[in-house]
Amino acid sequence: MAFKQITSPHAHAAQSTSKVMQLVIWATIPGLIALTVHFGWGSLINVILATITSVIAEAVIIKLRNRPVDFYLQDYSAVVTAVLLGLALPPLVAWWVVVIGSLFSIVVAKQLYGGLGYNPFNPAMVGYVVLLISFPIQMTTWVTPLALLPEAVSHPGLLESLQIVFAGVSPADGVTGATPLDSFKYADGLLVDQIYAQDPLFSQAGIAGVGWEWVNIGFLLGGLILLGSKTFTWHGPIAMLATIALMSALFWDGGSSNSPGSPLMHLFSGASMMGAFFIMTDPVSSAVSNRGRLIYGALIGLLVYVIRAWGTYPDAVAFAVLLANFAAPFIDNYSLPRTYGHTDRRRATEKEEG
Amino acid sequence: MKTWVTPGGVHPPENKHQSLTMPIGTLPLPEKLIIPLSQHIGVPANPCVQIGETVLKGQKIAEASGPLSVPMHAPTSGTVSAIEHRPIAHSSGMLSPCIEITPDGREQWIEHRGIDDFQHASSSALLKTISEAGIAGMGGAGFPTAVKLNAGHQRPINTLIVNATECEPYITADDSAIRERAQEIVQGISILSHILSNPSTILIGIEDNKPEAIAALKPHVEDTGIQVVSFPTKYPSGGEKQLVYILTGQEIPSGKLPADIGMLCVNIGTTFAIKRAVVDGEPLISRVTTMTGDACGINRNYETLIGTPVSHMLANSAFDEKACSRLVMGGPMMGFSLTSAEVPIVKTTNCILAPSFQEIPEDEPAQACIRCGMCAEACPVSLLPQQLFWYSQAKDYERLEAHNLFDCIECGACSYVCPSNIPLVQHYRHSKGEIQKARAEKIKSDHARERFEFHQQRIEQAEKDKEAKRTARREAAEKAKATAANNRETSAPGSAADIIAAAQARAAAKKISPEQQRAKFERSIAGAEMRVSMAEEKLAEADPNRTQEQENILHAAVESARQKLDQARLRLAEHNKAHHGEQVD
Repeated sequence: MAFKQITSPHAHAAQSTSKVMQLVIWATIPGLIALTVHFGWGSLINVILATITSVIAEAVIIKLRNRPVDFYLQDYSAVVTAVLLGLALPPLVAWWVVVIGSLFSIVVAKQLYGGLGYNPFNPAMVGYVVLLISFPIQMTTWVTPLALLPEAVSHPGLLESLQIVFAGVSPADGVTGATPLDSFKYADGLLVDQIYAQDPLFSQAGIAGVGWEWVNIGFLLGGLILLGSKTFTWHGPIAMLATIALMSALFWDGGSSNSPGSPLMHLFSGASMMGAFFIMTDPVSSAVSNRGRLIYGALIGLLVYVIRAWGTYPDAVAFAVLLANFAAPFIDNYSLPRTYGHTDRRRATEKEEG
Repeated sequence: MKTWVTPGGVHPPENKHQSLTMPIGTLPLPEKLIIPLSQHIGVPANPCVQIGETVLKGQKIAEASGPLSVPMHAPTSGTVSAIEHRPIAHSSGMLSPCIEITPDGREQWIEHRGIDDFQHASSSALLKTISEAGIAGMGGAGFPTAVKLNAGHQRPINTLIVNATECEPYITADDSAIRERAQEIVQGISILSHILSNPSTILIGIEDNKPEAIAALKPHVEDTGIQVVSFPTKYPSGGEKQLVYILTGQEIPSGKLPADIGMLCVNIGTTFAIKRAVVDGEPLISRVTTMTGDACGINRNYETLIGTPVSHMLANSAFDEKACSRLVMGGPMMGFSLTSAEVPIVKTTNCILAPSFQEIPEDEPAQACIRCGMCAEACPVSLLPQQLFWYSQAKDYERLEAHNLFDCIECGACSYVCPSNIPLVQHYRHSKGEIQKARAEKIKSDHARERFEFHQQRIEQAEKDKEAKRTARREAAEKAKATAANNRETSAPGSAADIIAAAQARAAAKKISPEQQRAKFERSIAGAEMRVSMAEEKLAEADPNRTQEQENILHAAVESARQKLDQARLRLAEHNKAHHGEQVD
């Protein structure tokens, strides 16, 4: 009788990387639904177009790298990147913007660094930032939330949306407009109360901004599902959101004309929730230990607020995440947990004595 | 009683019920028993029987050799049929010296008796008994128990911890032994307590998934001061470090032993063996081993003779080889795969697992590490397995040590949860091996360097000494010259004739007399004559079948001896001529 020599442990939990990735994809659905309800078909088109581009790009590169295409596509990581990029892009943006962003994410930000597990930066955010810097007009034109559309104007239907995206047909007047963060950024000289009273984005909203608050609630819901399934720990997202809340409370400035906005507005506007639960939780490019992720999350929160309040861009999740990606290896060096039997935590750069 | 919660840990399916449906059974005697001489940490034991010798059950067949070695005993009566290298249960599949015994079927015990009243026996006597019984830790490490106890004996032990955790899935050897032998086990613990001068706290640590075992222990520990402490089931609570923390809230400092913080941990199976050795005088020749896994029709525990081939166990357990995905000695988390079923059960074998392909399928190919951190959440000693993996691949040994690689207990929890199926533990084992090798090499090269430097130093010193001597001599010579010159200047200023006269006088003093000279020449003639005759003799006696070359050499030798003789005679003749006058005078 001869048997195989196999290393321990012999038992394995049923979890797999592709299942983790698929769960992340499913968890974006509440946010996607909220986007579609409040901003039309654009986001869904973005997601599908980005997914097709990304999967093809991934397959081609894997083929060029002489790796088994099936095996690597099965990890679903390209789909996750595509979905996140698609969700981040403005609805009804031209198709080539989506395609260029997807190609950049997959080819440059991911595969050229060695593929899954080796990318130092969040691929979706690299794609996003490249687009934002290269095509500022397309990237800052957001669709008006459903509730605020002018009378007799509605969101384009699916067919019309496709025409806008692929044939460059211009959407009707009033279909595009400012976001809550834009309103705050460009409403100089107004007290917060005045902005809230004058701008229908806020006057008709519940907690943060019409439509946007629901999108953020959608991503929060998806994020809680992932948290519940232990896809990631609470440390990163909570640190990021807590820092945003803390910073906006500290600089609330009594609602003066200089106030960058309330904690609630910041938490439920822009990409706050999506960033906290879907972007900064990308484990590959983040800090590794729980303590490290607390620092990493706080750093992102801090950067998000600083750029939103005093920078030139209305939202800042992508920049903040990329900057924190740079810092992650450094954070890792100083955030090792204390190992059993040791009195202190060690530094990763520590050298053995003697 | 309060227990503490370790970080991390996993909850793999327990699969313990399969082997607990029947009481502990016994197997028929196998055809051969193979007793490895190395079933413990330390040097292999030394055989003390000959091939062909008849042995009785319990007879010592190998002596301990060295402080960390334990003796071996015949598990049954029979004949020693071989002493040779055989495959043994080792993760490397290596061969190791073994004694093979062919049982005679009579199971005839050697005369033996225990210590009647251990309470009045000295610790050293009890330790000797335990050592002679060949007991080594039965939990897995195989550390000689007497050595451990002795070390404990020399330091104050205030807490004795008996490990009945059995946290590995599938294994029920301890569980079933406790159910059936609680009284003897408690007796064994009392002996340990006595040896350790009655530590103030004695704890039996057991997971809460063994209510029957806990119930079996309870009546026997009443009024003994022994506490049975159960705690939530979680793998790997049975690791020594983990158990110490769970029961006491204290951590064993890195690189230290439990004894360093006044604790001693013993596996519960070992306490039973101690009872048998001390009270009954029986050496360790069998143990409870779980036979389990869906590839076997019968799942149960056996009181197995040490040396029983695994194949014999399988053959008696309705084993289906085709259904078996792998053969594991130990549990599914830390056990190692066997490549052959011919290896024997040893003192540390608590389980043979023969799973089906449904239970434990073939390993999936590993995917990329996405640093998801599930491994870090599962690690019971708070390491960062994902970083250790990263640095293992990069062979960055400094980083690995800074990340406390050597505190990894290789429990496999990280690999168990890894969604990318990365064999993390294997990477760590490899890196540990490489680092240890590098350390050993560093020590060796340090030695070599020291030796070389010392050698260099010695040579330099010798050179210096020589130089110093030379300088001293030179100085002395110069001084002497200077003195001589001074003397000349004072006594015979500038007379060349004087100098020549002095030189002639010195030469005359050195000259030997003509008689002595003649005698010298005559001696050399006599020597030359002898050499000529020897050479001629050699030529005469030489092998008749000699080659031309050999003959030439011999002839040449004779010729050269004759020439030398002629020269000597000539010199004598010249001498006589020259000194003729003198002689006459």
